[in-house]
Amino acid sequence: MKFTVEIDVMPLKEILDPQGKAVKLGLGHLGIENVQEVRIGRHITMTMQAKDEKEARATVEKACEKLLSNVIMETYTYTIKEQKTVGRK
Amino acid sequence: MKFGVLVFPGSNCDDDMVYTLGQVLQQPVEKVWHKNTSLKGIDFVIVPGGFSYGDYLRSGAIAQFSPIMAEVVKHAKQGGYVLGICNGFQILTEAGLLEGVLLKNDHQKYVCKNIYLKAQTKKTLLTQALSLKKSYKIPIAHGDGRYYADKDTLKKLNDKDQVLFRYCDEAGKITKAANPNGSLENIAGITNKARNVFGMMPHPERAANALLGNTDGKLILDSLLTVMA
Repeated sequence: MKFTVEIDVMPLKEILDPQGKAVKLGLGHLGIENVQEVRIGRHITMTMQAKDEKEARATVEKACEKLLSNVIMETYTYTIKEQKTVGRK
Repeated sequence: MKFGVLVFPGSNCDDDMVYTLGQVLQQPVEKVWHKNTSLKGIDFVIVPGGFSYGDYLRSGAIAQFSPIMAEVVKHAKQGGYVLGICNGFQILTEAGLLEGVLLKNDHQKYVCKNIYLKAQTKKTLLTQALSLKKSYKIPIAHGDGRYYADKDTLKKLNDKDQVLFRYCDEAGKITKAANPNGSLENIAGITNKARNVFGMMPHPERAANALLGNTDGKLILDSLLTVMA
């Protein structure tokens, strides 16, 4: 089975995100004053093969825990969808 | 005692380190390519500075899975010495050999300048020959140098005397103004529980030659040889 995985990696709430702070400053310069907070993370998409969704999830979690995020400073969330190829060219 | 300096794609302080260890300190040293699967006869592993794998994903994150790193972890678990400098420190935290993590500098800028360091303990090979009163002038050059660890880890590092260096001013005072990147409690270097793995953001290898106008880094690296010689 083929799956599409969408992963979001975000800095932990208690950690200062200087990138988000700098962007908030830029928004202010753009005249956008009503934004209270900006936090910046990373979005990762993957396509993968697995025998079922359970196996796919186990792989994604290993990837997130070991490489795609660092749990000391970040959290991750993901969605996983089976790719339906039927009816497509 | 033989030194091995790891080389990853994107390492750029490997030559400085090989020169300093070989020419200045007159020690046997060789480079070890990251795809090697053996540390053949190397006693002391150096993980040098640079931008391994272009700093993609997170600094040091991808390098932790290079083939040689399995050997470095094994070497460290057996009590072998490992020193990571700058990107090397980031790699060692990502690999779980040192606790905590190096975040983006609080001011969001890359910082390249001389800073001052104060040794915090004499109970490691890297700091045993240093004075706890002197401030050592050493260059830093990093964008992700803000040391962070959760409260429990930080307490443990302090309680177990695992903080090696803190940023200070020229007079040796550890102040907020002397902190170049927003590191927790001005931490610039730490060791592991077993005290054989060291990580530091400043570059002693860039301050070990009188021609460059600064030899405080040599004092730090000399500390390694006091026992090893």
